[in-house]
Amino acid sequence: MSYIPQPRTTMLGRDPSSVPLEDIDVSQAALFHSNTMWGFFDRLRKEDPIHYCKDSEFGPFWSVTKFDDIMAVEGNPEVFSSEPAISLQDPDEELNVSMFIAMDEPKHGDQRRTVQGAVAPRNLANMEELIRERAGAILDALPVGETFNWVEKVSVELTTQMLATLLDFPQENRHKLTYWSDVATQVPGPGSICATVSERNQILIGECVPAFMGMWMERAASEPRFDLISMMAHGEATKNMAQERPMEFLGNILLLIIGGNDTTRNSISGSVLFLNENPGEYAKLKANPDLITNMVPEIIRYQTPVIHMRRTATRDFSLKGKDIKKGDKVVMWYVSGNRDEEAIDRPYDFIIDREKPRHHLAFGFGIHRCMGNRLAEMQLRVVWEEILKRFDKIELAGDLVRANSNLVKGYTELPVRVQPL
Amino acid sequence: MSKITFVQHDGETQTLDVENGLSVMNAAVDNLIPGIDADCGGECNCATCHVYVDETWMPKVGLPGAMEEAIMSLNPERQSNSRLSCQIKVSDELDGLVVNLPEFQY
Repeated sequence: MSYIPQPRTTMLGRDPSSVPLEDIDVSQAALFHSNTMWGFFDRLRKEDPIHYCKDSEFGPFWSVTKFDDIMAVEGNPEVFSSEPAISLQDPDEELNVSMFIAMDEPKHGDQRRTVQGAVAPRNLANMEELIRERAGAILDALPVGETFNWVEKVSVELTTQMLATLLDFPQENRHKLTYWSDVATQVPGPGSICATVSERNQILIGECVPAFMGMWMERAASEPRFDLISMMAHGEATKNMAQERPMEFLGNILLLIIGGNDTTRNSISGSVLFLNENPGEYAKLKANPDLITNMVPEIIRYQTPVIHMRRTATRDFSLKGKDIKKGDKVVMWYVSGNRDEEAIDRPYDFIIDREKPRHHLAFGFGIHRCMGNRLAEMQLRVVWEEILKRFDKIELAGDLVRANSNLVKGYTELPVRVQPL
Repeated sequence: MSKITFVQHDGETQTLDVENGLSVMNAAVDNLIPGIDADCGGECNCATCHVYVDETWMPKVGLPGAMEEAIMSLNPERQSNSRLSCQIKVSDELDGLVVNLPEFQY
């Protein structure tokens, strides 16, 4: 059934308390682009925590906005399915990729188990020195005395190098990973990275797939190694994927690229912003660098780089007295749950020595909980350990630009200057 | 009160007197036992309070429930005596229980 988009009321620039409750639509990307979504979520958590939006660009959907309710949805995958899609946007009929993040059991678990080991803490411990060296080299090359874009020079660079390492993708071509990730995540159109859907599909099918197919064949023909491609090429549940299920192959490659790219990148950028906004916390950190370990999950909570995940009801279900019908879209707004004062003390404050900092929703919960959570934490910890060794301050030096998305909460520009010790 | 012993990966042991009715996870977190993260707060929703139950205690502790099984099955270091400690309720029957902590939580 196709849904014909209609012009609708924009939330941008509206006072959250003056919009009739039933008209609130938190799916509009402009709210996140302008960082003005908070008041809408505050109101929903208070007045209508499981909220039905009858009309949006993505059709009707339910919003789940409180911490505990999000947890309840995550914990009930039989009712709240990850198929056919895990974002508000339905799958693209012209590019019907499938990835295990958008599968239910048993397929999800079978495929995930194949690659989980690569980002397991045991393996990460072996990779830490390499990450530290690479982070150090990036920081040493920063232009002292100049204003530059932290997103581009540090956040993207570090996460891309890391991703190339995990995939054992040639470092000299690593920028292609970021490029393909951007191609896959940005909605094609004027001003976007791809002007048309067919251009996007041509890049993914014509460039990305052959590149990884070549790597896959090479890894399949070699002894098993400890990179994600080799693990998939040899894994029982995934070894026939490239030949037999090409769209699943593309989907899972994209999942690993996107998952390891946008998320940590934006938490690294966010951390610089939050410490600038909270000079007292920056001073605390400098006085006691041991706080980094505690600060890292607080950065991730405060950033919440994945704004929402969506589920689809497999049957009629009553959630907190709201009648959800089979087939309804149910959206878990992590960004809202992580500001729920009934679950988190002073949720709008960035507190680097917060108690129980890992009690947050940014990785999701349940069987689909972020597979790379420990990798993300390690990258953030290492980058801050290396920053504190080199710089007195990373200082905000201009206006930032936020991502125009209801899925990825991030930054495209964060102008800074660095002051060496 | 029942005695619960936590054995760290490096062999260090700590024994706590725990009020019956609490979970083994609660006991660990309240007493700052390292190696139990319990990110979700005891909802059987994250698997970061994973322990290996001493084999001799497995018959009394019992097997994991369906949700616990589903989430633990994704852990490559899962063993036959793996349990989530938030799902083990302390009782007189478990007085003396010994649990071993994994090297890492996922």
